[in-house]
Amino acid sequence: MAGWLSRPASETQVTHGQRLWLYILAGIIMLLLVAPTLIVIPMSFSDSTYLEFPPEQWSTRWYDNYFGSLEWRSATVTSLSAAFLTMLLATPLGVVAAYGLHTSQMRAARLTFVILITPMMVPLILVAIGAFYVYVKLKIVYTLAGVVIAHSLLALPLVLIVTSSALKSYDMNQEMAARSLGAPRWKAFLTITLPQIRFAVITSALLSFLTSFDEVVVAMFVSGGDNSTLTRNMFNALRDQIDPTIAAISTIMIAITTLLMTLAQVFGKTKEGG
Amino acid sequence: MSEAALPMAAAATHADDLRRDARREQLALFGLASPALLLVMVVLVIPVGWLFYLSFIGADGSFSLENYERMFDSKSYRRIFWTTFEISFLTTGICILIGYPLAYFLAQLPRRAANLCLITVLLPFWTSLLVRTYAWLVLLQRKGLINEWAIDLGLWDEPVKLAHNMTGTVIGMVHIMLPFLVLPLYGSMKAIDRDYLRAAANLGAGPVRNFWTVFLPLSLPGLFAGALIVFVLCLGFYVTPAVLGGGKVIMVSMKIASNIELFVNWGAASALGVVLLAATLVILFTAARFVKLDRLAGGGH
Repeated sequence: MAGWLSRPASETQVTHGQRLWLYILAGIIMLLLVAPTLIVIPMSFSDSTYLEFPPEQWSTRWYDNYFGSLEWRSATVTSLSAAFLTMLLATPLGVVAAYGLHTSQMRAARLTFVILITPMMVPLILVAIGAFYVYVKLKIVYTLAGVVIAHSLLALPLVLIVTSSALKSYDMNQEMAARSLGAPRWKAFLTITLPQIRFAVITSALLSFLTSFDEVVVAMFVSGGDNSTLTRNMFNALRDQIDPTIAAISTIMIAITTLLMTLAQVFGKTKEGG
Repeated sequence: MSEAALPMAAAATHADDLRRDARREQLALFGLASPALLLVMVVLVIPVGWLFYLSFIGADGSFSLENYERMFDSKSYRRIFWTTFEISFLTTGICILIGYPLAYFLAQLPRRAANLCLITVLLPFWTSLLVRTYAWLVLLQRKGLINEWAIDLGLWDEPVKLAHNMTGTVIGMVHIMLPFLVLPLYGSMKAIDRDYLRAAANLGAGPVRNFWTVFLPLSLPGLFAGALIVFVLCLGFYVTPAVLGGGKVIMVSMKIASNIELFVNWGAASALGVVLLAATLVILFTAARFVKLDRLAGGGH
């Protein structure tokens, strides 16, 4: 320990001991980043109506409350369906667009790419009221289809960016080789290119799912009635009171997110390992 | 002569054919982006264009600038803009103060340890915004954990009002924005060539001078880009101020929403939206000159 403290820590001859303050500071910041979210988990298992930490009595009554409520259950089904359908819509749209823009050497491709990632830059509230406006005209406001379309718009830039960067590091000559041997372009893409960028595609799909599942602002405007999303109901509940049922739902959401991100991480690792 | 010209002419038409084929193929490939383009056009570009048009229509249905004039004349609108900028500046400033040391620490760790520590940045990054806002609401409320612990430790005697005001909003927003600053900053710090630092040390610069004159300037583009992204996201923020502000902190996004939900005043909402969008695009355009935008991608919050 003493040896480590007096060893140089960087290129500038500072020893670990001299910058112990930095390690402590960084440790505190990292704790503050993670702890607030994680503290909700034990709280959700408390028996009390007040959110206590640590809980004096453990119980699953808030989970029973959640699973017992028709409204929460229906919102969960809506959110999961919307997220799943968004994944199914945004991923192929984005992957195909990324492939097209990458292989077409037209000058307009660069500009089109920028247009396709604008949903990421426009403030969410504008996307929300814009979509609401169109949906009222098209009579698809408060429908599942409407939520899926709007969420696909938000997920598209992520799919495009992740897939494009995978295509940049992929050697297009492999596809050329397949085509010179007689494979049509679509077949060369499906059998040669797609399997090699599959990790990017899987990551894109998971990100699309999460984008939709976590989204609040657009859902506030375009979802409603029987098709209210989980986040919309949570947001409305939060404005009124602090209901411990939300802690149970939050815990479930944290579990889903962690599961999906772990999956993404595992697939990412496989890629690095070759 | 003529025997040689014939194949050359044939080759020329061949080349033309090939060029035409290549052109057609380029177009077909470009066409693969059209479904995505259609989606963006119908759900985003056309509606936002329509809102732009609506912002210039007055209450009587004719062309007017009243929606914009209201923003300058009305005291409540001026206050909303002031609050929005105040919160955005405060959040960005605190994020820089907290995020810089963290990114600096992460950038100097060995790869394996850095990846492990980065999880603490990525985990909140991917956790639902609403869940994190809720967590802070629980922690900061009157009978919340923070008040309870602070009183136990003797920091203050009475429960302090931390939620449902500006303090709570800024705390929650800093927590949510921090990863957006740390990730690009970490990337730019990692890209700094360590030989510069060694060279400076070799020429006699002490650790402090080395940091201020070599490392810090080299990390500035990443810091600048990260800070601009945080600032832009703050300008358009809705969920966290709505929940943690408890109705007392009104930002531009919230005013847009209430203009639609409560007053059904599309003109006023659109004009606010246009100003918000213009501010966002100007800042992003500035940021794009320093760092490629797609490198900053990650969360669509």
